[in-house]
Amino acid sequence: MISQNLKYKALIILAVTLACVYGIIGLPTSVDQIKENFANNIHLGLDLKGGSHLVMQIQVQDAFKSEADTVIQRLRGDMTAKRIAVGDIVRNDPATIAEAASIAITISGVPPTQGGDLRQLITESYGVWNMVSAGADFKLTMKPTDALAMLRDTRTQTMNTIEKKINGLGLAESSVQQRGGTNSETEILVQLPGVEDPARIKQILKTAAKLEFFEVQGGPFGSREEALTSKNGVLGFGSQIKPGKTGEVYIVARTPVVTGRDIRNSQPQVSATNRTLWETTFVLSQDAAKRFGDFTGTHINQPMAIALDDQIIMSANIQSKITDSGVINNIGDQQAASDLALNLRAGSLPAGLVYLEERTVGPSLGADSIRSGMYAGLAGLIAVIFVMLVYYKGAGVNAVVALILNALILIAALSYFGAVLTLPGIAGVILTIGMAVDSNVLIFERIREELHAGKGVAAAIDNGFGKALLTIIDTHLTTIVSCALLFLFGTTQVKGFAVTLVIGLIANLFTAIFVSRVMFEWGLSGKQRPETLSI
Amino acid sequence: MELFRDTHFDFLKWKWPFIGASLLLTAVGMASWAMKGGLSYGIDFKGGAEMRVRFQAEPPVDKIRTELAQKIKGEISVQPITGTGSPELLIGTELTNETELNANRDLIETSLRGMFGGTEGKVDLNNTSSEDLANTLRGRAGIPVAEDEIQKLVNGIRDFRIAKGGIIASLDDLSGVPGVSAEVLGSIKEAGVVGKFAILSTDVVGPKIGAELKQKAVYATLYSLAAMLIYIAFRFEWIYGLAAVIAVFHDTLITLGLFSLTNREISLTVVAALLTLVGYSMNDTIVVFDRIRENMKTRRAGSMTDLINDSINQTLSRTILTSGLTFLTALALWLFGGDVLEGFSFALVVGICVGTYSSIFVASPILVFWQDFVASKKPAAAAAAARPVSIEKPVEQATSKKKVVRRY
Repeated sequence: MISQNLKYKALIILAVTLACVYGIIGLPTSVDQIKENFANNIHLGLDLKGGSHLVMQIQVQDAFKSEADTVIQRLRGDMTAKRIAVGDIVRNDPATIAEAASIAITISGVPPTQGGDLRQLITESYGVWNMVSAGADFKLTMKPTDALAMLRDTRTQTMNTIEKKINGLGLAESSVQQRGGTNSETEILVQLPGVEDPARIKQILKTAAKLEFFEVQGGPFGSREEALTSKNGVLGFGSQIKPGKTGEVYIVARTPVVTGRDIRNSQPQVSATNRTLWETTFVLSQDAAKRFGDFTGTHINQPMAIALDDQIIMSANIQSKITDSGVINNIGDQQAASDLALNLRAGSLPAGLVYLEERTVGPSLGADSIRSGMYAGLAGLIAVIFVMLVYYKGAGVNAVVALILNALILIAALSYFGAVLTLPGIAGVILTIGMAVDSNVLIFERIREELHAGKGVAAAIDNGFGKALLTIIDTHLTTIVSCALLFLFGTTQVKGFAVTLVIGLIANLFTAIFVSRVMFEWGLSGKQRPETLSI
Repeated sequence: MELFRDTHFDFLKWKWPFIGASLLLTAVGMASWAMKGGLSYGIDFKGGAEMRVRFQAEPPVDKIRTELAQKIKGEISVQPITGTGSPELLIGTELTNETELNANRDLIETSLRGMFGGTEGKVDLNNTSSEDLANTLRGRAGIPVAEDEIQKLVNGIRDFRIAKGGIIASLDDLSGVPGVSAEVLGSIKEAGVVGKFAILSTDVVGPKIGAELKQKAVYATLYSLAAMLIYIAFRFEWIYGLAAVIAVFHDTLITLGLFSLTNREISLTVVAALLTLVGYSMNDTIVVFDRIRENMKTRRAGSMTDLINDSINQTLSRTILTSGLTFLTALALWLFGGDVLEGFSFALVVGICVGTYSSIFVASPILVFWQDFVASKKPAAAAAAARPVSIEKPVEQATSKKKVVRRY
């Protein structure tokens, strides 16, 4: 007679099993669909599936510098409009991320009588900046809260830009995240699953695509020294030296006329003069078009240079006034032209990137790892099943069922939680299986002890489970507690280990204690007074 | 079937030789550790670049080494990987700053292309992505026009490459791929070649990330050990927690020592294996402790040594079976798990042996030592020091003892 209570318990087990199977393979109608659903439900990590994991650091000081450059340009215009006399306006040059917020602009040559006017101008139109007098000069520094906001904006803009670039390449499932949780975080993590050839993507991401149009003040020169000699060894504050493509150098204005940030649209096209060459067109935003028009209109027949990522890629005389659109040639083949267009469309990155970490696994190596891991896992599992059946006979069946259900729950939980299975995660699975075997062994050994002590079958099972329970709970809870700490403080890989282990252990508490027991009781329930137990 | 029934081995009689062996093993490991100037960390922790390359034919290792050494500043290592079926090299450069590291990584790739080149402007089917291949093939003779058919063709080629372990030996092999007719194959040959090598994986870890990973791994492990100590102290007594943690610490030290002795590198996967062995060892120790705790409740008299000996014997069958089975699994992983998991499975194989042993010969003796120490501290009980510490007289016991009695 099977009791009502036992039936309910069996129903619970059945329901859990079905829910797990559904979580893993869904409701398939064909064998192919089973495979497909399985592949969709189980998310493999980059180390198993293949793909790229990139950690980059945003060189935020670049954004601070270019912001200061823009301010310098605006300020000149505003001061002229307000008739405030001015000599030089220069900024300092913070070299590291930590120094970024120390950006400062020095305004010199303002007559003391006009200091008040300048102060008023700064307060009214440049609210981000604080002004202090430094001797005869005035110094602008960024307010700390605004500096933090600037850093945050730079990060957001960088992440958006990278996202656009990656999406422009049609990469599904990729992700761009901030690496740490703090507001001043400058590191981002880009994950590109399934990407076989990260070289091109890295190239596209690596290309800051910092496009700048400069007024040429001298050059090309054969070397830096030559360039300096032409200026009698002293470079003016408003000038800088930039290298060209083939080793030559140019002296160009410190501040660009327009930059990639001013570009609204960009497309690749075949050159009209030479059908084998490709070029990239661009359209400027309204505000920039006006600036560009003013500049080109007043500098006809003077040279202008285009710099891409701090390298002069072309320098030519301005033929006529250019306003809102133009063409960049001298880039290369079709791919180079369309990559540049993509980069310009996505918006150039507000700051440079330094790669802190790259991990790329080809799909074949990932497949190798899965294959060898599976073979080893299967070999282990078969050995375990064999030994359990030989050693514990009938009870061994319980253990095997519990073990398989445990694995099923673990995989299903990973699917339901959308967790990712990685190589360290597999380590967690191995430990889970080990502890699952152990729980069964503990219980069975206890039952045997009770039988040896002369207890009846039912009492032996009852006592066996009861006594082993405390041990099992202690071993499991100890491990779960330590996993919580691993999850809180560990690296991504260690977290993967902790997550699978905790899920596996909770599943194991259910299978070893509840499921296995129900199976024992079910086996006994048919008999009036059970005398023997296959264990 | 039953292997051990009612055994009465006097395990603790042998505690000194075993503790001596433990200390010796730890000392040898530490000595090797010290002599080699610390553990040998993989690039995960020390920073560096590492590229795993599979070749079609046995590559000229020395030539590659000299060629790369000329181009790359700093140390460069070119190591053949054995036992993977096809010849593979692990090419690595040492720690430098992030920017140089990335430049070096690119240099390795371009140098290899230079040495084994021969793509003549065609697409290299062993290193290209499906997307690029589709772009190259589109519009050529015999290539389907419909986009999903092109995708199917290209994916078929990719799967074929994966099945071949990342390297297609000859374009003619592709004739077996569904959708590749003689005409399609002609087009593929026109547009593509098969390179002589394929890059299986690339790892570049900047020193900043390396230091961060190392620090996080160490802290996470130490915190989790502390958490276990506290939990066990709460569930048993503090000396049990301490003994268990000393035992797993001992296991970790010996395993790390063996890593140093056998010149294995510590990587992130190895850290996962160390955490796994901590889990195993802790599990094992708790099972024995649990039995000790249980026996303390029921025993009327008898020495602590006897009690622990009996507890170990009672759980011996379980210990051997569980450890044996998990050891088998780990061994299977070590033997068949392939090169990627080598360090990982080695740590497990060693760890399971040491972990099982330490529960019996490290953790349990500590309890005896503590018991003796507590007894010797009590002048009243001095005469009875050799005599069994009995639990039925909690008043005479150390306060910690009383707790057990009260709770159970």
